[in-house]
Amino acid sequence: MSLDFIVVLGQWPMLLKGLALTCLLTAISAPVGTCLGIACAWSRVHGATWLRAMVGTYVEIIRNTPFIIQLFFIFFGLPAMGIKLSAETASILAMVLNLGAYACEIVRAGIETTHPGQIEAAQSLALNRWQIFTRVVLPPSLARVWPALVSQIIIVMLGSAVCGQISTEEISYAANLIASRTFRSMESYIIVTLAYLGLAVALRQALNWAGPRFIFGR
Amino acid sequence: MKFKFATALTGLLAGLALLTSASVQADNSLTAITAKKSISLGIPTDFPPYGFIGTDFKPQGMDVAVAQLIADKLGVKAELTPVSTPNRIPYLQTRKIDLIVSALGKNEERAKVVDFTIAYAPFYQAVFGPKALSIKNYQDLAGKTIAVTRGTIQDDILQQVAPPTLKIQRFEDDNSTVAAFVSQQTQLLATGAAVAGVAIQKNPQIQAEYKLLLKDSPNFIGVRKGETALLDKVNEILRQAKADGTLNAYAQRWLGRGTGVLPE
Repeated sequence: MSLDFIVVLGQWPMLLKGLALTCLLTAISAPVGTCLGIACAWSRVHGATWLRAMVGTYVEIIRNTPFIIQLFFIFFGLPAMGIKLSAETASILAMVLNLGAYACEIVRAGIETTHPGQIEAAQSLALNRWQIFTRVVLPPSLARVWPALVSQIIIVMLGSAVCGQISTEEISYAANLIASRTFRSMESYIIVTLAYLGLAVALRQALNWAGPRFIFGR
Repeated sequence: MKFKFATALTGLLAGLALLTSASVQADNSLTAITAKKSISLGIPTDFPPYGFIGTDFKPQGMDVAVAQLIADKLGVKAELTPVSTPNRIPYLQTRKIDLIVSALGKNEERAKVVDFTIAYAPFYQAVFGPKALSIKNYQDLAGKTIAVTRGTIQDDILQQVAPPTLKIQRFEDDNSTVAAFVSQQTQLLATGAAVAGVAIQKNPQIQAEYKLLLKDSPNFIGVRKGETALLDKVNEILRQAKADGTLNAYAQRWLGRGTGVLPE
């Protein structure tokens, strides 16, 4: 069996467009999902009982169901309730909700391992609750769980490959389309695998640089 | 030093052996099938009335009947393997199946990688949409959204003839494509007559109807390139079935119509 990459690489505009959309989906859902995760983590630790129950239910449902089912529910199921979202919007929403639930648990682990002495010290310096959370608790917590959080973000980025199932034109969709047109499945998937590999490595480097630089210092 | 060289040499020789063995396997499928007394056939299982799972959880339908007929005439056991539109040709190429009996239409691209037998069942692909939308010709498709299954004939045709402002949303299988149309994520649906028939019947609220013919495209059986012995044998079986009325009887039973005149 001979491998003919030229035929597949000849479709580079489609591949590039797909790559751009994958990056866009990740660029939007990573920060939004992480913020959602931090908010949910705070709710589970400091929130009222009703809030804790609500967030707990959301987290358990998302973490215990497959991503593709969540995606299909949003894209195919919501129109039955009158909410029709475009493929791209549905993908971003699904990725945000997915990352939010997992990030909640990851960040919560970081928050709950904060030494009580830190909080007491902050209180004795007359910092209010918001300042304590955002300046004293959160940055070291994020520093502690940063590797796990970065891994989860990369998992969600790779999970965007599933969004091609609802016709979102990201890079897996492009690869599938090229494969079915040229019948060169092996070559298409090798190229896309390399693309995802490159994206994952680049994303990890970028986040490991940005975290200490902007969020938790040193 | 000696140890490393020996392993490297063994590896190289093994690799070479693999490469050369691959080229020796053309046109031996028929002998392999008769030897192991079974034939692996790719059939649809989500595509009534050509192939679907009945209430007894067994596959049935027009294509399934023809697949079973071929196995019976060859005197071997039929191994029915469910395939989907995007994966059936890769499955054939990688020898997971010996024949594609899955509402396979003939076009030039496919003919480059697959050999086709004579046609055995009628089929057409068209655009379907709600009554309120008026689609009389390809230009009326401009600015609309349409759902289609990836890698199908209707996908190819739309790419070629549809105006560039038509937003084509591709899904992996007929179920998702129909789900997108039925949930009104897209305005129009491009698919085979049989699939649309069922979808329209089960979803009267959309008030969908036939709009535009894309292609009259009967079903052919797909054979791996170069397997002339198997191709000739299957053609022989199909011609026999056409002559003695078996194919017509199957068509009446599963499609509710005769085969009509099928091309060679």
